[in-house]
Amino acid sequence: MSGVRVLVGTRKGAFVLTSDGKREVWDVSGPHFGGWEIYHVNGSPADPDRLYASQSTGWFGQLIQRSDDGGSTWAPVGNQFQYDGVPGTHQWYDGTPHPWEFARVWHLEPSLTDPDTVLAGVEDAALFRSTDGGQSWHELAGLRGHGSGSSWQPGAGGMCLHTIILDPRDSERIFVAISAAGVFRTDDGGETWRPVNRGLQSGGIPDPDAEVGHCVHRLAMHPSRPDVLYMQKHWDVMRSDDAGESWHEVSGDLPTDFGFAIDVHSHEPETIYVVPIKSDSEHFPPDGKLRVYRSRTGGNEWEPLTEGLPQSNCYVNVLRDAMAVDSLESCGVYFGTTGGQVYASADAGNSWAPIVRDLPAVLSVEAQTLA
Amino acid sequence: MIRVVLPAHLRTLAHVEREVELEVIGQATQRSVIDALEARYPVLQGTLRDPVTQKRRAFVRFFACEDDLSHQLPDAPLPEAVATGAEPLFVIGAMAGG
Repeated sequence: MSGVRVLVGTRKGAFVLTSDGKREVWDVSGPHFGGWEIYHVNGSPADPDRLYASQSTGWFGQLIQRSDDGGSTWAPVGNQFQYDGVPGTHQWYDGTPHPWEFARVWHLEPSLTDPDTVLAGVEDAALFRSTDGGQSWHELAGLRGHGSGSSWQPGAGGMCLHTIILDPRDSERIFVAISAAGVFRTDDGGETWRPVNRGLQSGGIPDPDAEVGHCVHRLAMHPSRPDVLYMQKHWDVMRSDDAGESWHEVSGDLPTDFGFAIDVHSHEPETIYVVPIKSDSEHFPPDGKLRVYRSRTGGNEWEPLTEGLPQSNCYVNVLRDAMAVDSLESCGVYFGTTGGQVYASADAGNSWAPIVRDLPAVLSVEAQTLA
Repeated sequence: MIRVVLPAHLRTLAHVEREVELEVIGQATQRSVIDALEARYPVLQGTLRDPVTQKRRAFVRFFACEDDLSHQLPDAPLPEAVATGAEPLFVIGAMAGG
């Protein structure tokens, strides 16, 4: 019987939540790596039992953990993330040059076809690749070296490469997003990169046509239409129909267009989900009501989804990597909050129920659909 | 034989008890002790010092014989009592964070 495995990274460990296809009764395993920050746990599409986890603390640095049995057991693999050549500088918050310094891995994206190949997006922003199951890591240095790297500045959460999207139609094409630099695309497997941010408008930067400097919070793509990208920017929900060449706003009738997470229904490429957050200075839902907004029109027209979600006195946040969908016939949608709840919907968002209520603050959520 | 007391997270990582004993080649210094520790427990590579710069992590401290040795040079000799195993070298995770 089919099932789902939800991989949850939190401020104090990782949790693995499993259920059958009904998604009503859940088994909760964890904490794995208790006490450590787990920015991300992700599974290989080519081998769902191959998982990678980013484990770090401010005390003892970065580790990468790997599981070959779906999260039952783990073993550390390589943790040397050395920038290629002389790292150079980017801009610090005050505009002064600041040396590139590795802080942590934000996001792990396994290859669509090879369980041993995995990309890592790190802070300070760079992209690394391993082709040996995480034992060794090598920077795809063309990203930082394409020309604008020295002008990149950190967002409030650090200068992180937080989103990696692989094009299922073209293995040479990869999209990444960096706060606060923007979206970048390679068409040659990571050798060369260019910014693809035309159409983004960011009030915090003076040049309305700026090539970089945009605080992109998250990107999402439906695999059946890899040229269509959705974006939750610092402010604004955006859409591109030409693989990032141009962007237009689709915030439409959202109560606020600030937020972090965005995702796409697994079977309906025009159905997208966001969690509006009040503002960049008040990181909680408007009016204390936790509402997922769904658009069935690829943006602009949105409906609030509230059934089963707290509609009073709720002041949690949903971080950028903390929403995911499964690919069962009735699409499952999942998100985690900074209050430690992981909510699940087995009916594409119509109704919600918490899988767990009291985890540490949730940093990331991924969903694996199991045969 | 050098005795090293590790903080809880690193004991869990390395699957060891509170104190480990290490054979250190040559003079006992912070560097030679960490080299020996990482050689015996590879999972600890990069946890006490940055794996690229080799600098001590900011929230990691080294105490011994009631002194804070954290700011001594990596190649400075450790106290005789540590070198002989009479006293352990304490690796401390600084009190910070939540």
